[in-house]
Amino acid sequence: MIEFIQQPWPWYVTGPMIALVMMTLLWLGGSFGVSSTMRTICSSVGAGKFVSFFDFDWKAQRWNLMFALGAIIGGFIASNWLMSPEPLQLSDATVAELLELGIPFNGGFLPDDLFSWESLKTGRGLFFLVGGGFLVGFGARWAGGCTSGHAISGLSNLQLPSLFAVIGFFAGGLIMTHLFFPLIF
Amino acid sequence: MKFLQYLIVGILFGIIMTKSEAISWFRIQEMFRFQSIHMYGIIGTALAVGLVVTHAIKRFQLKTIDGDAIEIRDKNKSYFRYILGGTLFGLGWALSGACPGPMYTLLGNGFSIFVVVIVSAILGTFTYGVLRKYLPH
Repeated sequence: MIEFIQQPWPWYVTGPMIALVMMTLLWLGGSFGVSSTMRTICSSVGAGKFVSFFDFDWKAQRWNLMFALGAIIGGFIASNWLMSPEPLQLSDATVAELLELGIPFNGGFLPDDLFSWESLKTGRGLFFLVGGGFLVGFGARWAGGCTSGHAISGLSNLQLPSLFAVIGFFAGGLIMTHLFFPLIF
Repeated sequence: MKFLQYLIVGILFGIIMTKSEAISWFRIQEMFRFQSIHMYGIIGTALAVGLVVTHAIKRFQLKTIDGDAIEIRDKNKSYFRYILGGTLFGLGWALSGACPGPMYTLLGNGFSIFVVVIVSAILGTFTYGVLRKYLPH
């Protein structure tokens, strides 16, 4: 049984499972939108006293913080007990292109050089970790949602605004990958 | 009890995100280089099932566990905020290789450096709150 779970899960299994997570959240009375937790965290530490955007009843959003805490625990469980010993099956073309940029594929989730505490001492590391995180947080709130809120929940509800947001997500990702990466590396 | 239910769904989400490999910076690069169906397959099938689920909830007016109507709110109609905010988000997504769900999941996977990414994202959220009245929406 555990071997069965440990093998890699194909996309046509995990995709529908994500939709079932959304469905379960709706059934519990919540909704599927992870970036909202970051607004809730700002509010919970008193940001509402200074900025009206954070002046709301954050305690009504505590369920979403529990969901985020669960995601951390789920990541811990999966990484310790549910992983396949095989390397990730990244496409050969991606492996080759990243190698050209000086980012060797290690078979895992993340490139070691960029995602280490050492990396924070370099301008490039700061840009990826701090700059990347900042843009995700800022952009998600400006757009009113992230991948879960727009690409899954919003598009599932046929929301035109979510389509604009998703077009933006991909525009930004393509610009960074194809225009800026060759300049950075 | 309510919190425990959300915690359990969150745990399942963390496991699914990890096993789907959607938390991988490499997979996000592969997606933005159009070199595999993997990420498109995940988002596409999630959306396909999500469409059916959402339609069924509205059509049959399904109720929550507490017997209330399930509320699926429409997004505010405008363009600027979605295109501009979305593009900034995408720039950050390609850099960090993670949207908010995977950020939490990667932290649980033992990548402690994601504390920095999450704190930065919270700072980004706060900065948006400060600048909101000056931004087009």
